[in-house]
Amino acid sequence: MSPKISIQQVGKVFGEGSHRVEALKDVSLDIADNEFVTFVGASGCGKSTLLRIIGGLEYHTAGDVLVDDKPIMGPGADRAMVFQHYSLYPWLKVMENIKFSRRLKHGRENITSAEVEAASGRADALLSLMGLNAAANAWPNQLSGGMQQRVAIARALMGRPEILLMDEPFGALDAQTREVMHDLILHVHRLEKPTLAFVTHDVEEAIYLADRVVLMAPRPGRIDTIYQVPLPAEREQDMKHTPEFLRLKKEILARIRETSGMETDQDMLDQLNMQEAI
Amino acid sequence: MPSRPGARPRRPGMWAIRGPLSRRQYWLFAALGLLAPLGLWWIMSSGAAVDKVFLPGPVDVFNRLVKWYVEDDLLSDMSISVYRVTTGFLFSALIALPLALMIGTFRPVQAVLEPLTDFIRYMPAVAFIPLVMLWVGIEESSKISIIFIGTFFQMVLMMAEDVRRVPLAQIEAAQTMGARKGETINLVIFQAAKPALLDTLRVTMGWAWTYLVVAELVAANSGLGYSILKAQRFLQTDKIFVGIMLIGLIGLVMDQLFRLAHRKAFPWLHLRS
Repeated sequence: MSPKISIQQVGKVFGEGSHRVEALKDVSLDIADNEFVTFVGASGCGKSTLLRIIGGLEYHTAGDVLVDDKPIMGPGADRAMVFQHYSLYPWLKVMENIKFSRRLKHGRENITSAEVEAASGRADALLSLMGLNAAANAWPNQLSGGMQQRVAIARALMGRPEILLMDEPFGALDAQTREVMHDLILHVHRLEKPTLAFVTHDVEEAIYLADRVVLMAPRPGRIDTIYQVPLPAEREQDMKHTPEFLRLKKEILARIRETSGMETDQDMLDQLNMQEAI
Repeated sequence: MPSRPGARPRRPGMWAIRGPLSRRQYWLFAALGLLAPLGLWWIMSSGAAVDKVFLPGPVDVFNRLVKWYVEDDLLSDMSISVYRVTTGFLFSALIALPLALMIGTFRPVQAVLEPLTDFIRYMPAVAFIPLVMLWVGIEESSKISIIFIGTFFQMVLMMAEDVRRVPLAQIEAAQTMGARKGETINLVIFQAAKPALLDTLRVTMGWAWTYLVVAELVAANSGLGYSILKAQRFLQTDKIFVGIMLIGLIGLVMDQLFRLAHRKAFPWLHLRS
């Protein structure tokens, strides 16, 4: 079976001349239909850029990105994106935010009244799925950060995207809320069956959620290692304490440190300490 | 610093940095701020030290207000001035809004218009009077034109900035839901910028009023600004006072109306305190 997303020798260069930065170089990866892939790596490794390229929000300067064997041409409703924050529409109440895509032309073309009813039912279903029933008529700025991200996810799912792209969606949430969101997104993944590409800086999150963890390295941004997560498909919070989980977490963290250039920072600190000692 | 056992920090007073102020205290201080200058004015003008021609007292000013209202048709002066200011202001808002949306959304439009606008806004509006008389004539439209020139260029730049401040994530979220270019502008960028745009209108409305006197330099024979200029010729200092204060008062009322509209139109920004 051909992959859902096929990234082939993708490169991305920002700027020109002395400002030229090679954000991505020769990145190749196939993501299967309904697969859950997470991306981790030191800052500057291009993980967010890669996600934005798949979303069509950024263009690549080399290689190809194919979805269902067709090259992507800009953003589209088949690839919905969830951002870290500030993406909800503060002038729309929660339910109206979720239904936002219904206001768009492509969502209204060639649609029967039965489909309109189904869509309305879907909005209600998503509201319950995300545990937002009580908040349907609230303004987004009345909600906590975790609730706001639930709305953002529900809104992204409304148009039944085949691919869901998430760019550090839980990065601004506290640890407890984040754990709840993890199980929620896994539930969504099982239920809605989107192909999920998820960028994070939290290694534990990356392992817990994913079928595969893609570790990227900076300067130039590239794929360093791909880890198959050795956990059963059905995840539970307790698995975070199993030896194989901890081993993988340690391994990935060590590799991120190796590729990040943080060791050179450590060298510099050591030198400073030595100078002070003298 | 060590302190006695059992000591507790006290509730911060109003003079603590960013300390609390109850509603009652707020209005008390506000009244003080308004009444103190009034009292000072009264005292200074009631003595023999200052000639009435230089500083008429509050009573003189009030009497003049009544006289203006009864004998000199104050209301028509006020309404013609309000008409000039609001018309000039509305014209400028109507043209500035679509331009600002384009400047804030499309970089080429920004490149073409922003430096040009920046240049023009530093030209003194007063200096355009001879040109306006030459091009537009001395009819009502000339006064409106001056107010337009005084507000439009600032307004465009401020509104463009409002549009540019719309969070990119809101725009990109719409794009990944399948929004087309026009839909993104209408359903996201414009909607998101609306509250800031109304605030900009409120602020620039104030500037429109400051250009009223200048506008009524041009062959006017009515209006508050014109009356102030005429009063100067006859050394009617009390009338000048009335005119200035009325302009201030009308400005204040309009400002409050804008704030009210903001609360009504954008309720999510005014939840609780």
